[in-house]
Amino acid sequence: MSTSTELIEQLATKEYKYGFTTDVEQEIAPKGLNEDIVRLISSKKDEPEWLLEWRLKAYRAWLKMTEPTWQNVTYPPIDYQGISYYAAPKRKQRLNSLDEVDPEIRRTFEKLGIPLEEQKLLSGVAVDAVFDSVSVATTFRDKLAALGIIFCSFSEAVREHPDLVRQYLGTVVPYTDNFFAALNSAVFSDGSFVFVPKGVRCPMELSTYFRINAKETGQFERTLIVCEAGAQVSYLEGCTAPQRDENQLHAAVVELVALDDATIKYSTVQNWYPGDKDGKGGIYNFVTKRGICKGRKSKITWTQVETGSSITWKYPSCILQGDDSVGEFYSVAVTNNRQQADTGTKMIHLGKNTRSTIVSKGISAGRGQNTYRGAVKIGRQATNARNYSQCDSLLIGDRCGAHTFPYLEVKNTSASVEHEASTSKIGEDQIFYCEQRGISKEDAINMIVSGFCKEVFRELPMEFAVEAQKLLGVSLEGSVG
Amino acid sequence: MSLLDVTNLQVRAEDKQILRGVSLSVNPGEVHAIMGPNGSGKSTFARALAGHPGYEVTDGAVTYRGKDLLDMSPDERAREGVFMAFQYPVEIPGVNNAYFLKAAVNAKRRHQGLEELDAMDFMALIREKAKLLQVDEGMLQRSVNEGFSGGEKKRNEIFHMAVLEPTLAVLDETDSGLDIDALKIVAHGVNAMRAPDRAFIVVTHYQRLLNYIVPDFVHVLSEGKLVRSGGRELALELEEKGYGWLETAGARS
Repeated sequence: MSTSTELIEQLATKEYKYGFTTDVEQEIAPKGLNEDIVRLISSKKDEPEWLLEWRLKAYRAWLKMTEPTWQNVTYPPIDYQGISYYAAPKRKQRLNSLDEVDPEIRRTFEKLGIPLEEQKLLSGVAVDAVFDSVSVATTFRDKLAALGIIFCSFSEAVREHPDLVRQYLGTVVPYTDNFFAALNSAVFSDGSFVFVPKGVRCPMELSTYFRINAKETGQFERTLIVCEAGAQVSYLEGCTAPQRDENQLHAAVVELVALDDATIKYSTVQNWYPGDKDGKGGIYNFVTKRGICKGRKSKITWTQVETGSSITWKYPSCILQGDDSVGEFYSVAVTNNRQQADTGTKMIHLGKNTRSTIVSKGISAGRGQNTYRGAVKIGRQATNARNYSQCDSLLIGDRCGAHTFPYLEVKNTSASVEHEASTSKIGEDQIFYCEQRGISKEDAINMIVSGFCKEVFRELPMEFAVEAQKLLGVSLEGSVG
Repeated sequence: MSLLDVTNLQVRAEDKQILRGVSLSVNPGEVHAIMGPNGSGKSTFARALAGHPGYEVTDGAVTYRGKDLLDMSPDERAREGVFMAFQYPVEIPGVNNAYFLKAAVNAKRRHQGLEELDAMDFMALIREKAKLLQVDEGMLQRSVNEGFSGGEKKRNEIFHMAVLEPTLAVLDETDSGLDIDALKIVAHGVNAMRAPDRAFIVVTHYQRLLNYIVPDFVHVLSEGKLVRSGGRELALELEEKGYGWLETAGARS
């Protein structure tokens, strides 16, 4: 046994030695990535052999891959051996009251209208018994279980429903897919698992917020959602509250599987720390999200509002395999200060009569750079496939940038593909017009931006849409003189 | 006390001096028409009163209800009751006209220390005003000015005015590009709004509008100065003689 393995073994057993009495002490694997680290992660999670093998295969594949460079963003090279890939679920530092929270964050909470108790929860203040999120969550889970819906953390799913996980894991995003997906597959920490059985319509929006252990899922999140024939689910990821994290690199993978007549609606509000005005310390968010409409008449809708992170690299995509299946992508991406976003979607039409819709709204302010990158592929067998794409960019100020890269690949002559693009600037005239009616400049900008994003906001669940709208205002604060 | 006192107003736009000393007093209840040839500075006068950022006041003073108007930001002016109907109303895609107006009305009400109107009361208010101005209810639910015809845009401006009930309303060439029917509707709206505590400044190139909105005073602007002031008969005189004869009058003053 090598010395490094010994060290890891020691680390791995540390928890047992010291028991669970220490709140502050953390268990962190040594920096760097190798097969032993992958084994450590798997063993810490008590994973079955097949999953360890899968992780190892992913790791070996990753070693042979190179980091992509085609995206329209710049950042200093990442030292993958300088990162620690495993930390035991750590507890946030407990604060005694909200007064101890960073006033800047509190101000943002207030602007977003986040209830006081929720503010405490988000910033790690000890919460009193009145707001017991665990019991709330448990109530929800009981209700879901009665319908046969599984909604739990990924680790729990591996323990409780290994066959389901094994059946679907990596079927949409194989570990060989791309550099970041391979990395995630090797070292993923935790995430969500949702399974909706045949014919069941999930009666409520599923939100990570209501899932126990949802917090602190770490930097390599993995989510898998499966809807059997005729099932329906709407899943909400993230929240509008600003999230800080010590890990700069985030590489998540989300896989969606929709069987015959199933519908999956996946909505995201992403507000990771964007860095300071010069972009320092912001999160790099490199995400692979993909859904497969495997069955006939199935439907997958991605809706995202991306306001955070210093770099966003994300292309929620749909593989439209089933005949008559539908893929939709609605996106608002905001870049302010030094933020960079390269985001879009891929719609891969394989089945007959498949339809896809892409609506992308990019907003650039400050020195932000916003890129839409989208691919529409129509396969040979995809008779009568239809796609409609609309990409609009809004510029605020004259130091920001907007870029659009649509890719088209059509192999079936019966296809109909439409692409519309526009770039506009918030005009002084528009702002003055609002001001002349008594609306303040700040409210005017919010209003103009919300109007610009309307088609996307209306795809979000109601309360989420209201919050997202406020979030946009906060994100763009101070962007116009 | 007059509602508005403009003294020696000098305004520059894009490095060009446009207004070269305009003085004017407006009392509550009065309707003043500002006429003049193209480039005389009519619209500049209107926009400077509203506080358009493209127009720089280089000298002079404007007192509105005893306060220094030039010291207020454009939105403050609006909340204090100054309204300008735009010559070229701006489109705001995706923002519902009724929603926009509700934000405007409530911004003003907050400023006045009044309770904000809820959706029900607000809808009742705008339905009443829409009826008054023969504004189609469909127009309320469309995005602000987006895809509106020229006439619809102007009518929407007057509709905004009716809903916001300003103390001083400035109409910047509201008649331009309107056919006679649209013109009548707009004039009808203005006339319906005339009140002892409200004043209008109507900026227009043509006297045609003044057949329908009968002014108390007519002022003629030429090369950045008011060269003639008089009653409504002055407008008729202008109609007859055109603006050409003013050149000499302007030189004289």
